[in-house]
Amino acid sequence: MPNRTPLYDWHVTHGARMVDFAGWDMPVQYTSIVAEHQAVRTAVGLFDISHMGRFWFAGSRGIELVQNLFTNNAVTLKPGQIRYGLVCNDQGGILDDVLVYGWPDGREMVVNASNREKILSWIAQHQGSGPAAVQDRTRETCMIAIQGPKAVELCRGITPAAVDSLPYYYGTRTTYRDQPSIVSRTGYTGEDGFELIVPAEQGRQAWEELLQRGAEPCGLGARDTLRLEAAMPLYGHELSEETDPFQAGLGWAVKLDKGNFVGRTALVQKAKDKSRPQRAGLELEGKRIAREGAAVTREGRPIGRVTSGTFSPTLAKTIAMAYLEPAYLAPGTVCDVDVRGKAVPSRVVPMPFYKRTP
Amino acid sequence: MDPKSLRYAKTHEWAKLEGDICTVGITQFAVDQLTDVVYIELPEVGDHTFAGESFGEIESVKAVSDLYAPVNGEVAEVNEKLLDDPARIAKDPYVKGWLVKIKIEPGTTLDHLQSLAQYEKQIASEGH
Repeated sequence: MPNRTPLYDWHVTHGARMVDFAGWDMPVQYTSIVAEHQAVRTAVGLFDISHMGRFWFAGSRGIELVQNLFTNNAVTLKPGQIRYGLVCNDQGGILDDVLVYGWPDGREMVVNASNREKILSWIAQHQGSGPAAVQDRTRETCMIAIQGPKAVELCRGITPAAVDSLPYYYGTRTTYRDQPSIVSRTGYTGEDGFELIVPAEQGRQAWEELLQRGAEPCGLGARDTLRLEAAMPLYGHELSEETDPFQAGLGWAVKLDKGNFVGRTALVQKAKDKSRPQRAGLELEGKRIAREGAAVTREGRPIGRVTSGTFSPTLAKTIAMAYLEPAYLAPGTVCDVDVRGKAVPSRVVPMPFYKRTP
Repeated sequence: MDPKSLRYAKTHEWAKLEGDICTVGITQFAVDQLTDVVYIELPEVGDHTFAGESFGEIESVKAVSDLYAPVNGEVAEVNEKLLDDPARIAKDPYVKGWLVKIKIEPGTTLDHLQSLAQYEKQIASEGH
């Protein structure tokens, strides 16, 4: 039976269409994906992201372990600072893309739901002897994303933390109704917003309070169209064990000179290798959507493959991300995408497809 | 438009026979399942249709589905307005949202399709 988040009952009672996502029963949409998407772009939307893994690494032993498994620098984080990076295997392939939060007494790591068990196992393999270096806090907590231009207004006063002044990619330890809570200025939509972690027992109350304040509930369908417009990669699509961070355009999240870490040797080589396919943005003519796996061709010759595609509600255009041979990466490059047997004229465009007005 | 006067395919198309023209569309249930329609592909006037075979596609943000012809015949008319604005189908799937009008072969009936009651039973068991 799939896992359920603390908000499962709420989703079902409120008519959400549920789907099994990475072994969790999650809401895809409550009304329409496009309407939920627009709510995030124009006002504020709420996402239940409790299915994502939340791990705690205590003390200097924990910090060292994260530093060894994370491609970005987990040691030089200021209190509350958050960094995005990868966990790579010895061949430099991506095991997951994660966020690491820095605190004086340890490190928090947020991982994709689909990779939670894999990463826990990876950590166990690398932690050396002694007691477990990581605590899986996923089930004890509820995590809610509040995203949109009105997020700051909505979140003011929900915790004692001053959300207005919280810098982008910083979090703060605070309380929600006297219980420990974390608010961070992070998100997966390309809008301003926050992610709130509260104890599981308070999840429903926090969710309902945020809704009462005027947020729209949004499901995984809108989460996907939003992140795609912002050209954010999704594990299992743009990222996999067969991809390295440099191909994915995530070289900035790999700090080869921070010291040794798992995968570093292979990554040094990958950084130099410009011969492999790279992630690129495509805009297609018409309204037919290019789905994952669709072949990208040029004059009939295959030059790459689509990893994600959708109709962009904000741009009213069909967009996709694909891996293309290096010769074809320049914006403006003309190509075709095979959509169910028909060649759809397309061209390479710069990413992100959408950028919010600051 | 009286839903009771229509006949229904298991694949969620509705059909209405008037003289030798069969008008085809998709049901409210189908529209509700799809949401967010972005694209509809319909045949050309003059194309042949074959009962139970795909004559077009309807694409939503989530997925693409085939549209199945309920009868054999020849496409007499196509709803051009839908091609320009596929989202219209959600507003009125039974009247303004019609998809194609098929000229049927003599002797064709809709007896093989379901009544409203039978269709409602089908979708009740399908759930969401």
